[in-house]
Amino acid sequence: MSESRKTAIDVRGAVKRYGDFTALKTISLSIYDNEFFTLLGPSGCGKTTLLRMIAGFEDVTEGAIFLYGDPIADLPPNKRPVNTVFQNYALFPQMTILDNVAFGLEMRGQPKSQARKAAGEMLELVQLSQFAARKPSQLSGGQQQRVALARALAPKPKVLLLDEPLSALDLKLRKAMQLELKHLQRETGITFIFVTHDQEEALTMSDRIAVMSAGELQQLGEARDIYERPRNMFVADFIGETNLLEVSVDAINAGRATCHLGGGHELSCNAVEGVNVGAKVHMSVRPERLFMSEGPTDSEGLKGTVRENIFVGTDISTLIDLDDGPKFIVRTSNSDRGNKRIFEPGNEVYVNMEMEAARLLID
Amino acid sequence: MAGGAASGGSAATDTYKEARNWLLLPSWVYLGAFVLVPVIMMLIYSFLTKEFRGGVVWEFSTAAYDQFFFDRGLFGDEPARIEWTYITIFWRSIWQAGAATLLALAIGFPTAYFIATRPEQARPMWVFLITIPYWVNLLIRTVSMKFMLRDSGPLNDFLIGTGLINDPISIINTNFAVQLGLFYSYLPFMVLPIYASVERYNFSLSEAAADLYASKWVTLRRVLLPAVKPGVIAGCILVFVPSMGSFLAPDLLGGAKNFMIGSLIEEQFKGNAGNWPFGAAASMVLLSMVLIVLMIFARQQAKAEKEAS
Repeated sequence: MSESRKTAIDVRGAVKRYGDFTALKTISLSIYDNEFFTLLGPSGCGKTTLLRMIAGFEDVTEGAIFLYGDPIADLPPNKRPVNTVFQNYALFPQMTILDNVAFGLEMRGQPKSQARKAAGEMLELVQLSQFAARKPSQLSGGQQQRVALARALAPKPKVLLLDEPLSALDLKLRKAMQLELKHLQRETGITFIFVTHDQEEALTMSDRIAVMSAGELQQLGEARDIYERPRNMFVADFIGETNLLEVSVDAINAGRATCHLGGGHELSCNAVEGVNVGAKVHMSVRPERLFMSEGPTDSEGLKGTVRENIFVGTDISTLIDLDDGPKFIVRTSNSDRGNKRIFEPGNEVYVNMEMEAARLLID
Repeated sequence: MAGGAASGGSAATDTYKEARNWLLLPSWVYLGAFVLVPVIMMLIYSFLTKEFRGGVVWEFSTAAYDQFFFDRGLFGDEPARIEWTYITIFWRSIWQAGAATLLALAIGFPTAYFIATRPEQARPMWVFLITIPYWVNLLIRTVSMKFMLRDSGPLNDFLIGTGLINDPISIINTNFAVQLGLFYSYLPFMVLPIYASVERYNFSLSEAAADLYASKWVTLRRVLLPAVKPGVIAGCILVFVPSMGSFLAPDLLGGAKNFMIGSLIEEQFKGNAGNWPFGAAASMVLLSMVLIVLMIFARQQAKAEKEAS
């Protein structure tokens, strides 16, 4: 993704305080045109606050927000060409589905007949035409969700804001809606800003992800980047499953850091800016990037003993105690198990990895 | 409805039904003794003959209704013409009660909205504050109102003091004074039901409306009001109905010209000069009018609910 892309939303030094409590500490980030952008973090991290500031429901204590270059921080929500899909859908209960979807178009000054026609087309897009005359309470959760989506998309906003829209749906429906949302985003070409606390959902759907915690931006990058190259402990721990190891950096040579962990075990990995020789830091290794062998291989194997195997559907998680060292989790895909030896609890085993699999964290 | 007994004659269901009937008994007794019996008594009295010094003679007569609706001249021997005196009083009562209801709605709705949008811990205090004046007896409150409103009262003093007016405005003994009195008498009955529905209102609906380019006014009219309509209707009924039959405010604040149906009825049962059957008949007319209004409301509510589900 080139940096020359047009910026849809530009948040510059935005701060949100409620009295003495700071909900958002000086956030700056740019969201590109036609991007599926996700704000990811645990509850209370400030992601919803940031979204509501973009929508106009919360005022900005300090800083500025630009929409395609225009400052919008002082505009009321009804003057901002952005629309929101609410967590609880917030469909108008006394209006029909069609009137719900037509509402925004009517408010933008379209004649009623024209607004309704456009709303009908929008309902077709989300495959709910047959429910046009019903009231929201007569629809299932998933259907209401799609109505909320159609209603927010109907006025063709410049940016669509989605506040945890899938959290009330069951797993299967959620997966289906994730794909549908992704398709809708591509079809409409509208910039989506998606808020979620579900890291898997974020990884599945997003072009780029901003990971937030305690009112601060922890890391911003493409989904794969965030997963494979987490910047700090929080991101490594929050996204996916990982082995977090305490290590000391012994030497750095030509971009390669040699570290040791408890029990005299040694590991090499790529050096990271901000981590110097002698530092005691954490290292993250994704369990699926590790593999086990009976004896040492070319790479530096770590010797240990299998404690337990846990079957998790597509994979098997193997818990390993390193000799005099920390515990490891190794994930082996069930699909290529045929070629590999299954290690039983009590077996001696060597844990191996590629150098790129380990990642030093700055804090 | 939730919690309803399942169909079928299982022993458990029968026990449940029996228990339910016993538990409902006090309500039935109460409704029978204090609603049904008095209404029937009133109905009977309205068809009896008046006794000279108050009270009734047990003899069937439609004279009371006849007197209410028809004028047959001083000696009762002329052809019947419509009697406008009481219909006018009746009409004035409807009008006065309606105006008081609108006034209560205009003040009560923003008040209820204000309370419902305070932080949750603060709301009971505001509700409490609203009810404090109503610990004082209605009669005393209405008399105080009379002093407040009179030409040399605090209201006029204040208006003259601020230089807004030079001469006192005559408020007392006008229709407006009665409306103010009724409004003040029944304001909490407007505030409380509206507060209850605004408190249940999902405020993200207002956010959604604003998000979809609606102005504050349109949001109020098309999203908030339809959602809290049951509370508004309940409030209007609770203010309108007692206002219709009220006699304190019209008597004390309205003077002789602004007689309302409640005063008319009250007078028929006071001392020896009254006419019990006529009072009972006027009460029956009032009751029927109120019932008709309520039934129209109820039917509309049922229709709206049927559409919604």
